[in-house]
Amino acid sequence: MLCQNCHKKAATFHVTEIIDNEKKEIHLCEDCAREKNVALPTGSLTDFISGLFEAHAEKEVPELAGIACPMCGITYAEFRQGGGLGCSRDYTIFKKALLPFLERIHGSTKHKGKVPINAGKDMANARKLIQLRRDLNKAIEAEEYEKAAKLRDQIYELKKGEDTNAP
Amino acid sequence: MHLDDLNSQAGEWLRGEGPESDIVISSRIRLARNLADFPFTNRASVEQKAEIAEIMRERLATIELRGSKLTHFDLASLSKLDLQFLVERHLISKELAQAEGARAIHINDEETVSIMVNEEDHLRIQVLKSGFQLGETWEIIDELDDMVDRAVNYAFSLELGYLTACPTNVGTGMRASVMLHLPALLLTRQIDKVITAVGKMNLVVRGLYGEGTQYAGSLYQVSNQVTLGKSEEEILDTIVSTVPQIVRYERRAREMLLSQNRARLEDRVYRSLGMLKSARTISSSETITLLSHLRLGINLGLIEMDIGKVNQLFIRALPAHLQKMEGKELETEERDAVRAAFIRRSLGEI
Repeated sequence: MLCQNCHKKAATFHVTEIIDNEKKEIHLCEDCAREKNVALPTGSLTDFISGLFEAHAEKEVPELAGIACPMCGITYAEFRQGGGLGCSRDYTIFKKALLPFLERIHGSTKHKGKVPINAGKDMANARKLIQLRRDLNKAIEAEEYEKAAKLRDQIYELKKGEDTNAP
Repeated sequence: MHLDDLNSQAGEWLRGEGPESDIVISSRIRLARNLADFPFTNRASVEQKAEIAEIMRERLATIELRGSKLTHFDLASLSKLDLQFLVERHLISKELAQAEGARAIHINDEETVSIMVNEEDHLRIQVLKSGFQLGETWEIIDELDDMVDRAVNYAFSLELGYLTACPTNVGTGMRASVMLHLPALLLTRQIDKVITAVGKMNLVVRGLYGEGTQYAGSLYQVSNQVTLGKSEEEILDTIVSTVPQIVRYERRAREMLLSQNRARLEDRVYRSLGMLKSARTISSSETITLLSHLRLGINLGLIEMDIGKVNQLFIRALPAHLQKMEGKELETEERDAVRAAFIRRSLGEI
């Protein structure tokens, strides 16, 4: 489709306007769109994100109202206004609001890629710890004190290793 | 290594070697990473940014990747000209050059590896190889990422992956891109078709120089859009299987131009050479356009020249490179004259 303004270049911006209940579509190339001040996805990152949020009229999550991140201090209102993310904790704090957004831009909300060495080891350790604690409780209940002592040592060793591995 | 040493070498991305290098100029992967214990760069205080830069300077100094160490440059202490010089060499982003406060770049001597500190994310790790070598590029960056991972504590969640300042990068934090020279697709007006088709694969095509339809030099970058929900290998596979199709399409367009319009094509190539060899003043964008024609002519065997030299001119004729070569800042008009003289000298030597 050619640009309706210059009739030369391919139209890449498609704007739908509703004036007096009448729908009107405009198709412009990037240059003409810029000339006519149609909002382009340029400028700062925060403008871009706020644009994305607005364009899709992201639903407000009521229970997040008034919430601020304890680490970076950004509030839900700031986040919604496209202030962007302030720290990695925001992904947890504003998760409810972020997930639909991630689903739309990535088509997914679940990481499938690489895992940091430490995170992988931490996860394995965490799982092992849970299992050991469970075994320990069982041993104590069954009054198998020798076994319990061994398990306690194993838990101690694992936790010690965790501390020295901490970056 | 001193910054000025770079001026005498070509820069990996324009070495013009590697598989399919007549069309695929370079392969690049970058990973966005953040330190778990600090707010993202845009929210970090002056002191925190300084602390991050210091931590990274210390920890990255110990890294040795395949026998090569990284050199650290404190960007806050570099002149505007030096910053632009690094931007032109694709070692830092325009945004990082223009940013304020503590920020740095760590690069290896070959310029294949760079780590930007305090860009939009705390770390932007980048590996670049000449030609179509995404697989090899991934192996190197994966290894480097593991080394950095051992030195710091990455912001990561098992559910959402590597946590980034912008949610558009979350997950793998990976942007893989391939730079293509597609003059024949542009000349035969088929480039828009390619851009649309590639878009359907969730990949993006962007012009390297200029915005919108003004793609000087017919240089395009194809990169992935999605970073969450797919593994690094899956993302790379999409690009690795798509690029050969574009390459084939470009080759077909070249053959078509040769068989149907040989005289006109030759005319364009030789006129471009003529202009480059005789211009007394020339802008960067005109230079890039003419060099692009020349590159096409050489690759089609219409003209015999050293392609390495032509590739080098793409970068050495850029404003900051010329000014570094002259050892002083130059106004646009002076620069255009110096550029023309430099190109005449360079092509005379061929």
